[in-house]
Amino acid sequence: MTNSWTDIKNTDLVVIMGGNAAEAHPCGFKWVTEAKANRGARLIVVDPRFTRSASVADMYAPIRQGTDIAFLFGVMNYCISNNNVQWDYVKAFTNAPYIVKEGFDFHDGLFTGYDETKRDYNKSTWEYELDADGYVQADDTLENPRCVWSLLKKHISVYTPEMVERICGTPKDKFLKVAQMISECSSPTKTMTSMYALGWTQHSKGSQNIRAMAMLQLILGNIGVRGGGMNALRGHSNIQGLTDIGLMSNLIPGYLTIPTEKEATLEVYMSTRGFKPLRPNQMSYWQNYKKFFVSFQKSMWGSAATAENSFAYDWLPKLDLPSYDVLRIFELMHQGKVNGYICQGFNPLLSAPNRKKLTAALSKLKFLVVMDPLQTETARFWENHGEFNDVDSSKIQTEVIELPTTCFAEDTGSLSNSGRWLQWHWAGGSHPAEGRNDASIMAQIYLRLKALYEKEGGPVPDPIVKLDWRYKDPAAPTPEELAKELNGSALEDITDPNDPTKVILAKGKQVVSFAALRDDGKTACGCWIYSGCFNEAGNNMARRDTNDPDSTGAYSTWAWSWPVNRRILYNRASSDINGKPWDDSRKLLWWDGAKWTGYDVPDIAPTAKPDVVGPFIMNPEGTGRLFTRGMMRDGPFPAHYEPFESPVVNVLAPKVRGNPAARVFKGDMEQFGDAEEFPYAATSYRLTEHFHFWTKHQHNPAVMQPEFFVEISEQLAKEKGIKSGGWARIWSKRGSIKGKVVVTKRIAPLTCDGKTVHIVGIPLHWGFMGETRKGFGPNSLTPYVGDANIETPEYKAFLVDIEPIPGPVA
Amino acid sequence: MAVPDKARASYEVSRYTTGARINHWVTATSLVLLAVTGLSLFHPSLYFLTGLFGGGAIVRVIHPWIGVVLFFSFLGLFVRFWRANLPSRSDAQWVSHPVDVLTGHEEKLPEIGTYNAGQKIMFWLMSLLIIVLIASGVVVWDQYFYPFTTIPQKRVALLIHSIAAIVAILNWIVHVYAAIWVRGTISAMTRGKVTGGWAWRHHRKWLRDILASRS
Amino acid sequence: MANFEFVLPPAPTSNVKPIFGEQDLIRRSASTITPPAKRQTEVAKLIDVTKCIGCKACEVACLEWNDLHHEVGSNTGVYDNPPDLDPDIFTVMRFTEWVNPETKNLEWLIRKDGCMHCEDPGCLKACPAPGAIVQYSNGIVDIDHEKCIGCGYCIKGCPFNIPRISKVDHTAYKCTLCSDRLAVGQGPACAKACPTHAIVFGTKDDMKKHAEGRITDLKSRGFRNAGLYDPPGVGGTHVMYVLHHADQPELYAGLPSNPTISPIVELWKGAVKYVGLSALGFAAVVGVLHHLVVGANRVTAEDEDNAGKLKQGRS
Repeated sequence: MTNSWTDIKNTDLVVIMGGNAAEAHPCGFKWVTEAKANRGARLIVVDPRFTRSASVADMYAPIRQGTDIAFLFGVMNYCISNNNVQWDYVKAFTNAPYIVKEGFDFHDGLFTGYDETKRDYNKSTWEYELDADGYVQADDTLENPRCVWSLLKKHISVYTPEMVERICGTPKDKFLKVAQMISECSSPTKTMTSMYALGWTQHSKGSQNIRAMAMLQLILGNIGVRGGGMNALRGHSNIQGLTDIGLMSNLIPGYLTIPTEKEATLEVYMSTRGFKPLRPNQMSYWQNYKKFFVSFQKSMWGSAATAENSFAYDWLPKLDLPSYDVLRIFELMHQGKVNGYICQGFNPLLSAPNRKKLTAALSKLKFLVVMDPLQTETARFWENHGEFNDVDSSKIQTEVIELPTTCFAEDTGSLSNSGRWLQWHWAGGSHPAEGRNDASIMAQIYLRLKALYEKEGGPVPDPIVKLDWRYKDPAAPTPEELAKELNGSALEDITDPNDPTKVILAKGKQVVSFAALRDDGKTACGCWIYSGCFNEAGNNMARRDTNDPDSTGAYSTWAWSWPVNRRILYNRASSDINGKPWDDSRKLLWWDGAKWTGYDVPDIAPTAKPDVVGPFIMNPEGTGRLFTRGMMRDGPFPAHYEPFESPVVNVLAPKVRGNPAARVFKGDMEQFGDAEEFPYAATSYRLTEHFHFWTKHQHNPAVMQPEFFVEISEQLAKEKGIKSGGWARIWSKRGSIKGKVVVTKRIAPLTCDGKTVHIVGIPLHWGFMGETRKGFGPNSLTPYVGDANIETPEYKAFLVDIEPIPGPVA
Repeated sequence: MAVPDKARASYEVSRYTTGARINHWVTATSLVLLAVTGLSLFHPSLYFLTGLFGGGAIVRVIHPWIGVVLFFSFLGLFVRFWRANLPSRSDAQWVSHPVDVLTGHEEKLPEIGTYNAGQKIMFWLMSLLIIVLIASGVVVWDQYFYPFTTIPQKRVALLIHSIAAIVAILNWIVHVYAAIWVRGTISAMTRGKVTGGWAWRHHRKWLRDILASRS
Repeated sequence: MANFEFVLPPAPTSNVKPIFGEQDLIRRSASTITPPAKRQTEVAKLIDVTKCIGCKACEVACLEWNDLHHEVGSNTGVYDNPPDLDPDIFTVMRFTEWVNPETKNLEWLIRKDGCMHCEDPGCLKACPAPGAIVQYSNGIVDIDHEKCIGCGYCIKGCPFNIPRISKVDHTAYKCTLCSDRLAVGQGPACAKACPTHAIVFGTKDDMKKHAEGRITDLKSRGFRNAGLYDPPGVGGTHVMYVLHHADQPELYAGLPSNPTISPIVELWKGAVKYVGLSALGFAAVVGVLHHLVVGANRVTAEDEDNAGKLKQGRS
């Protein structure tokens, strides 16, 4: 989230698209209810299904899954055509005026530079024209045909209401109503918030779905303001923390990146990071990259990381591939190239796509370690559970080791919520006899590994042997110790640069924030964005003060949010070019003539003059990007692409299947089905009664939704002769499942490009372990392909067929 | 004229077999138990009667089962006696002399067969009531039959059940009073026999028929 | 620990006098009682159907607070699960898919069903067991399981089809409005768990006021017939609904539009009860009087003689 849950109460319009907040985030949804009840805010839901969110919405519009970009560009086109643009914001705070290089273009669904054999682009033209000083050229009139604004207008002109209806199946009148409601938020005194989740991310163009809405929000001037923003609703209580801490194959904590093989030295590594400003006088915050990186290295290897050894740069692993995401790792496993897999708090057998392939892959491992508080399906992948897990156990030689862990309620620590708040919590109960918390298990594994390396040596023992492991009990680091390490501390006395005799931070003290970090090895910090969470003021994450001056919804003294307790990112954009708030009734940050002041921690240097430094300081140009240059693999603008399995062809580019830049492994392309064989558009989703694959292990939630089912429209039910409450078989090119059928008005057939499209809804909470009845999940059917940028699998749009079957004999 | 307290019996006539008497008393007992248990739940002032059975919950459990006993027991009586209760020509005459009936001036009434019209009316009324009671009782016997009817149907059943029960108890009161008032009657159901005089007085035609059949 | 409730629509528990007990009874089944001189402030739970997202948190909270163990059922082609109230669940969500003929829009109406705590409770009226069902002066209708005999009359008395008889202990179960929590100053468990504050609890007056604000908001969103469900036919209820279509409560899974205690129940528990018992007494008195006036109908010696003659004549 750019904003926070509590900030949603400040909005005028909530758009839930690519998510189902009421269903999947009912507790956070209270802030929508709050905005509706106290501000008269309106709620729009755009979804293939009439969801629980839709049940309390003011406006619902249906959409075919996987066509969000067409819809959003349709809205953007409507806004621009009707002059519903917050011009002052667009001109000052976005890259709309910047001139793009000659040669950049878009034809037949492809941007310039596409290489079909590599399924990748040469992105050299996806760049601004720079002047002699290295600054971008701009046309403040927005009239230059090569400026971002002109290119954008041209790019989206095809998305007329008629085209939206043709692609998305959204009736024109409903689309126009939605567009009209959204366009009103171009007023500086009206804001819209976007709440989205996996409905946007789990597509082969998931990142671009989000980009499209972010662009719309920029045009409407809704980024950085109260009640606005791009608000990703995270699917686990600490999934925000997972990405923050860098638990991804290509990241280290704080969104720093793992070096690639080509970056053999720290100098080379740094040469492509720490971007220089692209506008005069602009602040480019990533110029501090080295301070964060070196401090991270110091937190890892302490005194063993020295200037002489480039702060142990060599000890970091180097990527030979862009990433080892879940699809890649299971692909490698499937090829027999993985020996062991540690599965910590993760149930891939149900949550990764194409279950048949997953089972085959896991069967090729030598060992599988599962760390979980529950008996997961993954831990029992080898066990025959009849049709629910039809494996021949005698043929599987994988050794499975289960290490029972504590669950969140049994340990102390912090959870990072969707709004980037780190909220400390305390153990509410003790764990069952054999359970241990994850940190102590990892410590035990580490200590044994270290002992082995010390005893036996090996090619590169240093990264393990020299790891800085100064915990009071090395076998069980405490949450407080780990949190302090993330915050960072001074390793030596740090003196005032102007007065070397003056110690500003004594050795051993916690740093106040990342502003104190250094690139000379005098500070250590495990995760720079978390710096400030546990400083000399104490554990800020444990704060529970509900004081909220002027009821802005910031709650700045409740817990702690990254970065530096900032509640709304880009908050400088809440005021105009002169630092005057866009909306006096919703002031957030303003220029008092000498400095920035307001309710939130400024997302800019406090004395940076408003008309000089742009608000988006994480971008070297200082502006929000309508055109992302080469940052995205699949295009500097989003474009409508059909899902890899789509009931209709891409009407804008019939030759393009799926997202042309999405990675497809050898053999998986053949496993995509087409509409002739599999006529129905399926989608997967969650139900409010359950939390992923967890609450099915708990009795009461199991009572609330006891049994797996699929949902279809009354029309499809009639066509197929399927009865509500009856049984059906659903199959895709990759697998077959069966379940009860819920026939509902909430899923209606759509008409896309003249063709009737029936939708099959498949919720995902059932497996063969736990308290509920045994059942199947959509991942037995879903295709093995992910988003072009971050490889989130395409769970939301695929093709199936369905037929009625007799129920099992009881 | 002074009437001797008890006329000496000239002889005795057998009126009910042992089986019929057992059948009757089973019916009578269950009817009384049903009335008591039923009334205890019918009006709060009689709720104390549940104490006789160990509380309201037990009453709730046993009442319907006793009803089942009554139903089958009465069915036995019905099979035994339905022919004797078919209407006859003299019934109309009997009914048209209520004062004589109530004052015991049977000499002014026609000769009566096994049962007089009053008894017959009671018999048929009771038969009907028991069908109504068992049917409505099953409807509200939630423990086993809850799903088969709707709540509005159950409400009607409860109303019918309670009204039918009141009528049945009234019928029973008349029946018992008649047996007490008409002296010499009770022995028919205790020993199975009545005196010749009793038969002559109340059921002369029956007596004639019996004597005729013996000869 | 602090919470955020203060910034949400009011959940006014402050005016509620929490402590109540036997002395506050205004009705007691199958009993006559003298109501207390001073009635407590009436409480009410307001269920805003228009804010409810059907998440069933209230159901789970209810199960947990009341320590109920419900069996894991099966899917029957709807989201309603458990499908109905039963002795192991006192509240259920009832989902209705309805196409509004005026707007042609689908509406998914989700109503939390459970005891309405009528001001004139049909269950209590029908109950034959003294004290098994009681009504406190704050409006709560509660069942005393020690006194309940499990006859199921309350089911017939209830205009809303709420009480259920347990197959285990054979007594009637329904929502208690968390009388046990209220007695110690806590709100109902369902209201506490409701993430959108669709369930709020407080004095009945406050709840009506709160509902007014909600109805104004709904009317501004085009729900012309939005209104409060507080049916007068049962003297009002202590569980009320805010409905988008208050003119058609039946849309919400058959919520009765004008619930009253059934006239049949009224007859059964009124006239029939009194007339019936009087008739029995009257019959007994008539018998006694008849006997006193007419005397016993005895067999005379003459009858015996005649009988003897008849026999001899035959033999």
